[in-house]
Amino acid sequence: MISLYLQGDSWAHRLRAGWKLLAVALASLVLFQVVSVWAYLASLAAVILCYASLGREGLAQLKLLRSLSFVLVLLLALHWLSGTLNDGVVIVLRLVVMILAANFVSITTRLDDMLEAVQPLFRPLGVLGVSPRKPALGVALVLRFAPHMLLVYGLLREAWQARTGSRNSWRLLAPFAIQSLRMSDNVAEALKARGGSEGLSR
Amino acid sequence: MADRSLVHIAFYAALIAALGLVPPVSIAFLGGVPITAQTLGVMLAGVMLGPVRGALAVLLFLFLVALGAPLLAGGRGGLGVFMGPSVGFLVGWPVGALVAGWVMQSTREMNVLVSAAIAAAVGGILVVYAFGIPGVAIMAGLSLPKAALGSAIYIPGDLVKVVLTALIAQTVARGLPGAVLSRS
Repeated sequence: MISLYLQGDSWAHRLRAGWKLLAVALASLVLFQVVSVWAYLASLAAVILCYASLGREGLAQLKLLRSLSFVLVLLLALHWLSGTLNDGVVIVLRLVVMILAANFVSITTRLDDMLEAVQPLFRPLGVLGVSPRKPALGVALVLRFAPHMLLVYGLLREAWQARTGSRNSWRLLAPFAIQSLRMSDNVAEALKARGGSEGLSR
Repeated sequence: MADRSLVHIAFYAALIAALGLVPPVSIAFLGGVPITAQTLGVMLAGVMLGPVRGALAVLLFLFLVALGAPLLAGGRGGLGVFMGPSVGFLVGWPVGALVAGWVMQSTREMNVLVSAAIAAAVGGILVVYAFGIPGVAIMAGLSLPKAALGSAIYIPGDLVKVVLTALIAQTVARGLPGAVLSRS
């Protein structure tokens, strides 16, 4: 399924999701107060060591930085323009450390475990008369809808290509919107017919 | 909240996710800035669902991203993105959808095309940048004007998405009027 999760059985995988979330929240609070380059370099080394402890696949996850490079270079350029290049370097370093640390939790925690760890946060919904299970049902629906939408669009595009020879057109937007909206209506009917979200067995 | 509403919310959250898989387009005359389709989904959620459900759809999408689904454009996701410099924009998305939905409802008498264009521009650009630019300033330690300068490169792409939102809203209003929930 679509997830950042990296299969494995390392020390980080075995830690409870709740503890990992707490740790990364505390780490980012502390990192925001510190302003020394050395502290950031040390924590960068520590974070990279965490990735390395997952083995070769763990280190490969550092490719995340490549997709960030555009924004980070832009930030450095803006700092250089305002004559605060030194600050810029420190801040980019801090961003890299915080992003890598938070991402480490995401790659070592299964989506289900994460959902379970935050489930207690939804308990107050019960007071408002909304079932606390609705967010989880929403997540499941999104995970099912997204690939279906790509399928609908793919079929429309193939038909369009067969008819016209060109690959893509804005003209596909209307049939795509209407077909996929119909699909969501059908799902709503089906959910109702099965007793709605209250009728789901846990 | 009825189950039907939940399905609609999940539908637009999934649409935002699916649009994130559309490869970014770099337009040469805009300096090669990558333009993603994702905020099109945010605008559509507000315009089509109305304020509350629109904002909830965006929140549901962000919740999935936080859980570790790499659904943001470019395959990004997980908790890391909430530590990045563009977190202000992510915070602005649900508010933007809320405002877009509210504008759509309060301009009920107007033609759908015009009303959706105004709603998408106000919610999807004005409100989103009102959160995004201070976000960049705080996370990146820049002054507000510099942060605005850095963010402004994305505005031309967003204007294209405003036009698309208006066209889609009008198409759906003609073909499946019941689906424009912000007006029913």
